[in-house]
Amino acid sequence: MGAYAYQAPASVEEALSTLAAEAAAGNRAQMLAGGTDVMVQMRSIDKGPRTFVDVKHVAEANELHIGDDEVFIGAGIASAVLNENDELKSILPGLIESADLIGSTQIQGRATIGGNLCNSSPAGDTIPALIACGAVCVIASPGGNREVPTEDFVTGVGTNVLEPTEFLIGLKIPRPKGRSSDAYLRFIPRTEMDIAVCGAGVALTLDDSGVCTAAKVAIGAVAITALVVPDAAAALVGTTVDDEALSAAADASSALAKPITDKRGTVEYRRKVVGVLTKRAGAIARDRALAL
Amino acid sequence: MAEALDLKAIGTRPVRPDGIDKVTGRAAFGADLHLPNMLHGMVLRSPHAHARIKRVDLTRARAAEGVLAAVSGADFPGGAGAGDLAKNVIARDKVLYHGHAVAAVAAKTLLQAEAALDLIEVDYEVLDPVMSLDEAMADGATLVNESQHTNGDTSKPASNIAATQRFERGDLEAGFAEADIVVETEHRVPMAHQGYIEPHACTATANEDGKATVWCCTQGHFDVRSLTAQVLGEKVGNIKVIPSEIGGGFGGKTTIYLEPLAVRMSQMTGRPVKMTMSREDVFRATGPTSGTWCRAKIGAKKDGTFTAASAWLAYEAGAFPGAPIGPGCMSVLAPYEVPNLVIEGNDVLVNKPKVCAYRAPGAPQSMHAMESAIDELARQLDMDPIDLRLKNSAAEGTVAPYGPRFPAIGLRECLEAAKVHPNYTAPVPEGAGRGVAVGFWFNIGMQSSAEVRIAEDGAVTVMEGSPDIGGSRASMALMAAETLGVPYEQVKAHVGDTESTGFCNVTGGSRTTFATGMAVVQACEDIIAQCKQRAALTWDLDEEQVDWVDGEAVPKPGVNADVKPLSLADIARGAGRTGGPLLGRASLNAQGAGASFSCNFTDTIVDTETGKVDVLSFTAVQDAGRAIHPSYVEGQMQGGAVQGIGWALNEEYIYDDNGVMENAGFLDYRVPVASDMPMIDTEIIEVPNPFHPYGVRGVGETPIVAPLAAVSNAVRDQLGFRIPDLPLSPPRVLEAIDEQGGGD
Ligand SMILES: Cc1cc2nc3c(=O)[nH]c(=O)nc-3n(C[C@H](O)[C@H](O)[C@H](O)COP(=O)(O)OP(=O)(O)OC[C@H]3O[C@@H](n4cnc5c(N)ncnc54)[C@H](O)[C@@H]3O)c2cc1C
Repeated sequence: MGAYAYQAPASVEEALSTLAAEAAAGNRAQMLAGGTDVMVQMRSIDKGPRTFVDVKHVAEANELHIGDDEVFIGAGIASAVLNENDELKSILPGLIESADLIGSTQIQGRATIGGNLCNSSPAGDTIPALIACGAVCVIASPGGNREVPTEDFVTGVGTNVLEPTEFLIGLKIPRPKGRSSDAYLRFIPRTEMDIAVCGAGVALTLDDSGVCTAAKVAIGAVAITALVVPDAAAALVGTTVDDEALSAAADASSALAKPITDKRGTVEYRRKVVGVLTKRAGAIARDRALAL
Repeated sequence: MAEALDLKAIGTRPVRPDGIDKVTGRAAFGADLHLPNMLHGMVLRSPHAHARIKRVDLTRARAAEGVLAAVSGADFPGGAGAGDLAKNVIARDKVLYHGHAVAAVAAKTLLQAEAALDLIEVDYEVLDPVMSLDEAMADGATLVNESQHTNGDTSKPASNIAATQRFERGDLEAGFAEADIVVETEHRVPMAHQGYIEPHACTATANEDGKATVWCCTQGHFDVRSLTAQVLGEKVGNIKVIPSEIGGGFGGKTTIYLEPLAVRMSQMTGRPVKMTMSREDVFRATGPTSGTWCRAKIGAKKDGTFTAASAWLAYEAGAFPGAPIGPGCMSVLAPYEVPNLVIEGNDVLVNKPKVCAYRAPGAPQSMHAMESAIDELARQLDMDPIDLRLKNSAAEGTVAPYGPRFPAIGLRECLEAAKVHPNYTAPVPEGAGRGVAVGFWFNIGMQSSAEVRIAEDGAVTVMEGSPDIGGSRASMALMAAETLGVPYEQVKAHVGDTESTGFCNVTGGSRTTFATGMAVVQACEDIIAQCKQRAALTWDLDEEQVDWVDGEAVPKPGVNADVKPLSLADIARGAGRTGGPLLGRASLNAQGAGASFSCNFTDTIVDTETGKVDVLSFTAVQDAGRAIHPSYVEGQMQGGAVQGIGWALNEEYIYDDNGVMENAGFLDYRVPVASDMPMIDTEIIEVPNPFHPYGVRGVGETPIVAPLAAVSNAVRDQLGFRIPDLPLSPPRVLEAIDEQGGGD
């Protein structure tokens, strides 16, 4: 039992000093974005007192910028806003579809990609998609901003590289060039409102003849963190991403996966299906790139 | 009879009286009551699936801040010898499932109550949990209840098999010997929860005069009254129960859990006590339906004629006896003419929550087995699965396996309608499979009362005591409007509390529209008789000379009287001069609940790389006798179909090795979401029930029966082999495909 407090700083500077002040006072502070994980947790597994620091009022975290070389998505932006942005959908369709899978329309009115990443669940849907498209975390830190690639951000189940005095301002994504696209697929036993049994994100670039020149594959919910699958990417590069290449990529994902057996699926099941998803996501990304 | 009636209100689809309040959030459900000085009660639940309680010490909890009462089993009568119901409400000598209530506290705030739970000291001697039918029925099994003997026969050793049931007809062996083809299958269906959206909730307040009032969400407040009185050792008359609106029940709200705890703690403190369950509590501690293990065997001649069938059923009862083996046995072969049969059922104790009714309790599981076997038989005979069923279908005059001779029933009509349904004559979509199955529920009558009161402007108030879980107030109003000959809008139906209306049995067994509806019709007929008498008095005629036509008293044809017809409003307005207010009533023990049969078929497609089953279309054809409000009949058919599909595909209780349920929440107990489902197409068949004034049969339960087998049979159709057990969850389906060396 104890008290909850709420702060809504307007800037990165203010947010950092709030976090520092709470730390100095020995209080627990927790960043709050959409609250769609936080509110559920505070009513079930994590009821303790704390100060919530709302990122949704921090000006820098509410920026959405689509530049020639880079896309910046502020940590306060609700996924509903992203899902309705046609330009984003056309250049990063895989990332946006991963955000669009989260919850329902109501949930997406609050939920953020940053919150999904910072919640650091092994099953977070945007995480493999972020990794595949090379997203980098922009982190506000007392000593100045620092940047961490998304694949190095999550360190374990529910843990990440953030210090208690730091927070995520947003995500920087290199703007895909030429015939580049991405795709994300997850498997759930239902059609929505469920948690990924496994997931796979694929981003790739094709040359004019349709040969893959670059690829990145990441898989989710098959280990304590999302995994990059270099062998799957290697299986695609230099090919036309044909069935043979895709099934080699699928095998690479299955081989790297280190899943557990639980109420949501067995080791064998997850291993096999993460390969199937890799193959299918690869084909979707290929077709999207070919259509450009 | 009913067919000849020229119906005006019945069969129309007006807005339900409770609709606006529900969609605007005004309706008050179980947890919506707040009283001054109200305390919050919470339950301490067993962390073990099976353990002996050595000691419960409430001292520290009682002393905690804000706490005004704490109770354990010792605060209720009966001790270790208390009945099963009482022991399920609060454990005595043993805890029998993870989540079993052990103690409860009431405090000024919810947080204080929660904190006090941690201060209750309980010493347990942990025992091995009995978690499966195989374990429970094995020789030398650990006993859930050391003094449980099968069928009470103490000459035999104690057993987890609490009871058995057997139906037999003809000569089984001779029947199978006569068959050209015999099919035998074996199936397991998991324990499943009703999944009602509203968790159990109640508030109780006890007065200094020894009387208590309970507000709760329930399918039967009269049962809550008697069961609560029983657990507390109180007189029934000391307890009044007021039902709230109810957010689903499906059979699961036909018993009590929190009510006696709340009343006792209110008696101890003199303050109202409110108790609500979390979703987790609902899963762990309220009654789901039985997980089952069934064997089905059926033999037929080359032309499809059934010669013999047998079924062996074992049902999990949970911690106390009472699995629905009776209905499971009654249903399994009810749709067919079978000259030789043996049906055996076993009610088996396991360390899981005590099962409760769930829509057609017991029938979906046993019929899943038999309808799967019949599907295999149709394949071997190369016969259309509907034709095979038609060939053997029960009809008026068939003697049901459980004894009675069916009066008019609508099975054949359902099968015939399914056969020509556009969804059935359409080809099976590319790559998909189609499955057919039949469903049945016998339906029940039981006791009901109703009162009909007429206001001075002719407004009709129907007062009855059957909680409305599926639109029954609209149906009562329609039957009253039809009988009285007044517009639907002139009638309002209410569900009264235990002190403002006559006794009604629980809303269950698909009895409400049938039995309470019959009471409403009779109460309206009472009003009509009184109106005729009042009109006769006004007109100075004999009662026999007055008719009631289209809501008006008129002189009978041939009676020479120059008078204007008297409407209900006219008579009500003048009631003071003719004998006082108009009040009609009826009470009855309804006989002749007509059985409702169905035929369901579905097209499904399996993703053979992930094992996921998608339902492409689902068609439910069912006999309603007479659809009073067709939309709510269709709603029952659709809702039951969705629950059955959910059970077939993903719903199951998953336990760890210690007997702890691992998926006690809607994230991992996967009921279907709206986007999982196609439109459930419905076709209502009307073969009137001769025992109801308008021909009503109950329709609420039959809809969940056939979907389990229909889905299984469809998946079988596509894959070319059968997966006998449910759920057909992706991991199970993919594993089966891999074992067979990849789909077809
Ligand atoms: C009904 C429902 C369905 C859901 N379905 C899915 C689904 O399909 N897939 C899925 O992956 N998830 C799902 N979720 C989980 C959740 O919605 C997502 O993880 C969502 O993206 C979280 O975003 P949020 O903004 O609400 O985060 P919050 O709940 O606000 O925060 C989540 C965590 O991140 C931290 N945090 C948030 N922002 C920052 C920041 N800027 N800096 C540092 N730390 C921060 C918080 O402290 C907290 O620990 C679902 C949740 C619900 C309730």
